[in-house]
Amino acid sequence: MSYITKSPWVIHYDGSSCNGCDIEVLACLTPLYDLERFGIVNTGNPKHADVFLITGGINEQSRAVVKNTYDQMPDPKVVVAVGICAATGGVFRECYNIMGGVNEVIPVDVYVPGCAARPESIIDGVVRALGILEEKRAKMAENGGDKK
Amino acid sequence: MSNRIVVPFGPQHPVLPEPIHLDLVLEDERVVEAIPTIGYIHRGLEKLVEKRDFKDYVLIAERICGICSFTHSVTYCNAIEQIMGIEVPPRAQFIRTIWMEYSRMHSHLLWLGLTADAMGFENLFMNAWRLREEILDDMEATTGGRVIQGSSKVGGIRLDIPDEKLGEMVDHLKAIRPRLEESNRIFTHDQTVRHRMRGLGVLTKEEAWDLGAVGPVARGSGCDMDVRSSGYSAYGELGFKPITLPHGDCLDRCLVRSQEVLAAVDLVERAVAKMPDGPIEEKVKGNPDGECFAFTEQPRGECMHYVKANGTKNLVRHRVRTPTLTNIPPLVKMLAGIELADVPVVVLTIDPCIGCAER
Ligand code: SF4
Repeated sequence: MSYITKSPWVIHYDGSSCNGCDIEVLACLTPLYDLERFGIVNTGNPKHADVFLITGGINEQSRAVVKNTYDQMPDPKVVVAVGICAATGGVFRECYNIMGGVNEVIPVDVYVPGCAARPESIIDGVVRALGILEEKRAKMAENGGDKK
Repeated sequence: MSNRIVVPFGPQHPVLPEPIHLDLVLEDERVVEAIPTIGYIHRGLEKLVEKRDFKDYVLIAERICGICSFTHSVTYCNAIEQIMGIEVPPRAQFIRTIWMEYSRMHSHLLWLGLTADAMGFENLFMNAWRLREEILDDMEATTGGRVIQGSSKVGGIRLDIPDEKLGEMVDHLKAIRPRLEESNRIFTHDQTVRHRMRGLGVLTKEEAWDLGAVGPVARGSGCDMDVRSSGYSAYGELGFKPITLPHGDCLDRCLVRSQEVLAAVDLVERAVAKMPDGPIEEKVKGNPDGECFAFTEQPRGECMHYVKANGTKNLVRHRVRTPTLTNIPPLVKMLAGIELADVPVVVLTIDPCIGCAER
């Protein structure tokens, strides 16, 4: 875990899921799984967050909220799509109100499989995302702190 | 006369695991009115019955919500079974009941934790969730899933629980019972908890009745209302008694849930003691034709599934009414007149499950 240079903060949003995965995201933060041992803190403020954990296939109404939350996060940032709903729409793929996956709205860096995604896989996804976060940060530093 | 201002609460908010939006109209620190907006999780899954086989649809009905998941699948199965006149074998009914009570325990412990968190009582939050993991261990060992089980099917259940495992489950519950009692004691007597919740967000018995409150919200206001009394699945044989408390405030809604966790342990123990032998499913032949309302008591209250079928493998209509939706009018009532800083706790006491409410 040598590549973590700072304590990454996560923000979580339920983008039209069944909330099975959301509950597992929360379970990751509690004693048995304890994401906080990696220095990860759950925040409610997008401006504080580095990692965006998002579940669900996104409907018309939550689309703007997801986009807004993502835009407010400072660079560098990574998005982790949790559960098959977030990857493709999952069992709800054919529902009339589902866009079919988070990448329809914002770019996704890591997909966590499962319905519901298990806490172990979510932690694995977040740890991978931290690696990507570090790469993005290095790239930004090369460009003198700019994104591109 | 002070100025009125409107403060938006949600949809993305730290205390809310799921999005709901409230416009809070304030006069200084007091809430005078709360106007809810929903629709952030609406997926439109009821319409999927037109595309899926009615037997496969059980898995989608289960994904209405990730917490009451098992109860949703059983309610849907009950509706189809009643239309088709299927007699579910007693062993399947008992095992369904056990899993439903496990769902209740994990849901209530989850809620108790979230409420403690909303009060800033971090230690109690972690404690409740640690207990919940113990319940989920047995759930996972018997069904294979932690929050989504997929173990109910039309006509019975997919998996049996072997008798020695049932014995182990009871032993495990016996072992964690003192810790559940300790947690119940903290919620009942701790000063911080009482100070934050006693007398807050009061809903009188009449209001609860008039506004259509269900579940722990109604029972915390003294209404003796619990669908389990009707004896569906195996509840009729387990001597079930609802828990009601009189004050109608946040604390009583909280204590109803906390006591129901212990009551659920009792129900599981009784169900295991009376467990009948025999098959776990009845063969399903043909397609359903007719309509039916099925009711169950979810952790959050009364849930109704309406199913209409026309003799083909796809249903014509599936309609779900979930406890959270019925509890929103009582919530709006509770919010009027409280202080802004108390809003998160009061919102949580209806145990909002938006995934259910919007489907
Ligand atoms: S992936 Fe499955 S468990 Fe997760 S939110 Fe979607 S339907 Fe629910």
